[in-house]
Amino acid sequence: MPTFKVFRYNPDKSDPPYFQDYEVPDHKGMTVLEALYYILENLDPTLAFRSSCRMGVCGSCAMHIDGQYGLACETQVASLGNKITIRPLAHMKVIRDMVVDLDPFFAQYEAIKPYLIPQNAPGPREYAQTPRERKKLDILVDCILCASCYGSCPVVGTDEKYLGPHALLKALRFIDDSRDGNTNERLAFVANDAGIFRCHTIFNCQQVCPKDLDPTGAIGKLKMKSLWAKLTGKLKTTG
Amino acid sequence: MFYDVIIVGGGLAGLRAAIAAFDAGVKVGLVSKIHPVRSHSGAAQGGVNAALGNHPDGHDDTPERHAYDTIKGSDFLADQDAVELMANLAPETIIEFEHWGCPFSRYEDGSIAQRPFGGAGFPRTCYGADRTGLYMLHTCYEQVVKRNIDVLYEHFVTKLAVKNGRCTGVIALNLHTGEFETIAGNAVIFATGGSGRVYSINTTNAHASTGLGLAIPYWAGVALKDMEFIQFHPTGLEGSSILMTEGCRGEGGYLLNNRGERFMKNYVSEKIMELAPRDIVARSIQTEINEGRGFEDHYVHLDLRHLGEQKIKEKLPGIREICLKFKNIDPIKTPIPIHPANHYTMGGIDCDKNGETSLEGFYAAGECACVSVHGANRLGGNSLLDTIVFGTQTGKYVAGMVKGMSQTVDTDALNDGLDAEKDRYRKLQSSEGKANPYDIRNALSKVMNEKIGIFRNETDMKAAVNEIKMLKIKFENLRPIPNTGKFNYDFLWVTEIAGNLDAALAIATGALNRTESRGAHYRIDYNKRLDDEWLKHTLHTYHPSNPEITYKPVTMGKYEPEERKY
Repeated sequence: MPTFKVFRYNPDKSDPPYFQDYEVPDHKGMTVLEALYYILENLDPTLAFRSSCRMGVCGSCAMHIDGQYGLACETQVASLGNKITIRPLAHMKVIRDMVVDLDPFFAQYEAIKPYLIPQNAPGPREYAQTPRERKKLDILVDCILCASCYGSCPVVGTDEKYLGPHALLKALRFIDDSRDGNTNERLAFVANDAGIFRCHTIFNCQQVCPKDLDPTGAIGKLKMKSLWAKLTGKLKTTG
Repeated sequence: MFYDVIIVGGGLAGLRAAIAAFDAGVKVGLVSKIHPVRSHSGAAQGGVNAALGNHPDGHDDTPERHAYDTIKGSDFLADQDAVELMANLAPETIIEFEHWGCPFSRYEDGSIAQRPFGGAGFPRTCYGADRTGLYMLHTCYEQVVKRNIDVLYEHFVTKLAVKNGRCTGVIALNLHTGEFETIAGNAVIFATGGSGRVYSINTTNAHASTGLGLAIPYWAGVALKDMEFIQFHPTGLEGSSILMTEGCRGEGGYLLNNRGERFMKNYVSEKIMELAPRDIVARSIQTEINEGRGFEDHYVHLDLRHLGEQKIKEKLPGIREICLKFKNIDPIKTPIPIHPANHYTMGGIDCDKNGETSLEGFYAAGECACVSVHGANRLGGNSLLDTIVFGTQTGKYVAGMVKGMSQTVDTDALNDGLDAEKDRYRKLQSSEGKANPYDIRNALSKVMNEKIGIFRNETDMKAAVNEIKMLKIKFENLRPIPNTGKFNYDFLWVTEIAGNLDAALAIATGALNRTESRGAHYRIDYNKRLDDEWLKHTLHTYHPSNPEITYKPVTMGKYEPEERKY
C-alpha cells in the first residue's frame, strides 16, 4: 500500500505549509488522480485538487508528482515507488493545497492574441489549407494549457514578465498557420527580453509536456524567424 | 453584478452562445465551475457532421440526407423541424469554425477532411485527427478571448433566482473566495453539458459531467424531457471506460469476439457492419459478452492492427496515446479491449429550437438541453454539431429577447436564493449523520449500470426506483462537510451528488413507464417499438418523492416512421 505524501497549505490559516501522509490501497491500473480521489472521498474531505476529464485532455490536474511535472490522471501509481510525493505546480501562488492561481498563466496566453488573424477575408467555403501546411501545426495545436511546462520553467520562476513556454508555443501555432496574416506583428511581440530571448534553453518544458510538445523547439524556431524577419527588414523591433 | 445574458457552462454550447449574444450587442457574462478550456467538449474525438460533400464518396451528400439519417437514427423520436434546422445550418457553422482557425484535417485540394461514421449514408464527419473536440473547444474559447467577454471561471452555480415565474439570475459559490455570490441577469442560458456521472463507475464522461445542470432547473419547476434515453457508447476502454472514438471504426477498425469473429455481421447487413448506429452496436457487443463470446466475461476487442502504423499514427494518434498511457498496449500491435460505457444524455431540459423553456428568462443549449434533435439515439458526430448550432441559435435569440429590456434586478429573488444556499451550506457543515456521500454516489452508479443499462426490464427498473429513493433518504443524513474556505471540493461534489440522485430518479421512472423499445431504451419485456402508443416525448416534472410523468407529441415532418433496418 503506497504512502502519499501530500502538500497541504491554506494561506488563510496561520499554519505554514506541510506534508501529510495518506495510505492508499492501490489496484492494477490505478492512477495518481484516482489515489487523490480516494483520499478526498475516504480519508480527508478537506483536500483540494482540480480535475475533470481523467483522460489527459482537459489539463486540470497538472501537478508535481514524485519529482516530475505532469498530469495526475495519466500517471500510473505502479510506475512510482512506495512513497509518492505530491506537490502543486511551482511559480504560482498556492490558493489551497494543489490549487494554484492560474490567472498570470492565462493572462500571458491572452497577451499573444491567441486567435486567428486571417490573411484574407473569408469566402463562402473554408480557407484552403493543404495537408502539408496543416502538418506544420501537428506539434502545436495539441497544447491543452495544463501549465506543466510553466511550472517546470525556472525562468518563469524568476521573471514575472516572461511570457512563458505555453504562450510562446501558442504564438508559433498562429505564425505557422498558413491562414494567419499577422506574422510580423506576432514576431515583434515576442522578439524581446520578455519573450523568446528570455528563454534559457533549459528544455524542462519539452521534457515534462504530457502531450510531447516542444516549447523549447518552438522558441528556437521563433528566434530564427525573428532573425530572418529582422534581416529582411520586416521586423521593426529593437529587442 | 449584472449581465443582460448570463451563460452557465464554458463548453462549446456555452462559449458559442456567449459569442452569438455578444455579437448581437448585449452584455454577456459566462460562468463556469471549471475554466472553459477544461470542459468536456474537449474530450470529443471523432468529429462533427456537416454535409460538406468533401469526401470522395460523399459528393452527393446533402443536408436533407443528413436530416433523414439523424431522424432515422433517433428512432423517429427527434423533432423533425429541429433536425432539419440543424442539418441545414451544419455546413455554414463548420465553415465558420474553420474561418476562426480550427485546425481540421485536410484533403489535397485544401478542403476539410471527412470520415464515415455510424448510421450515416455518406462520409460526412469533419475531423481534426481524433482530437476534434479539443480543437473546436480551444478555437471557440479563442474567439471569446478575442471579444474580451467576461468569464467568471471556477464559479459554481447552485441555484436559479426565480420570482413570479421569471428567472432573474443565479446563485454561485465563488470557489476562489469561498463565498456565495448573486449574479443578476435578464436571461440565463444553461449550457452545463451531460450527466454521465450518474453512471460514474462506467462512463466516458468527465468528473464534471454530473446531473446537477439538469437538476437545478428541474428543482425550480422546469420539466426535463426524454431522460430514459441514455446512450451507451459501444467502445469504452476496458476498466477506465475512457472513450475510444467511433472514428476507430470509421477508419476501418473491426469488432471481434473471443472466436476472432467480426460478429457485427450477425446483427446488421454486411455493408454496414461496425458502422451501425451506437444503440445497435452497443447491444450487439453486450449480447456477445452475455452469451459467452467476450473476453473475461466483460469485453470484446476493437482491432485496428490491419489499418497499419502510418494510418493509426496519422488519424488516431490520441487513441494510441490513451492506450499506451492507460492500458500499456499499442493498438498497432494489440487489439484494444473495450466494452459499452455510458456516454451521452439524449434527454435534458425541455426546450425548443431557440432554447426557450417553460420558465421565462431561462434557456438551455447543448447536451443539457433536449430540443430534441437526437430523439431516442444520437448519431456520432451530431453532438458537437448540436452544441454549436443551438449554442448560436439560443445566444442570438436570447440577445434579441433582452435587447432594450431595462435592467431588472430582482433583489428579493437573488437574496432569497443567496440565503437559501448559505443556509444549506451551514446545515451540511453541522450535519450529525454518518453517511459518506461518495458511498451513496457509488451505490447509485451501481444501480444505474446494473438496472437501467443497455437491456432493461420491469423487475430491475422497479427495484432501481426503490433503491434510488432509499439512497435519497440516506443522503439526508450525511456526515458533516468541512469548512475549508476556498475551493471546498467536498461541498462541490456533495452538491453534484444531490443533482445525480434526482437526475437518476427521472431516468429510472421515465424508463419504467415507457413500455416499448426505442433507440437506446431497450426492454426485454417490451422489445418492439410501439408508435401508436409511444411516439411521444416524456416530460418529467420534479416532486421530491415521485417525479410526475406526462407526455407531449413529437413534431413530425416529411419522414414517416419506418422500420429501422441497417
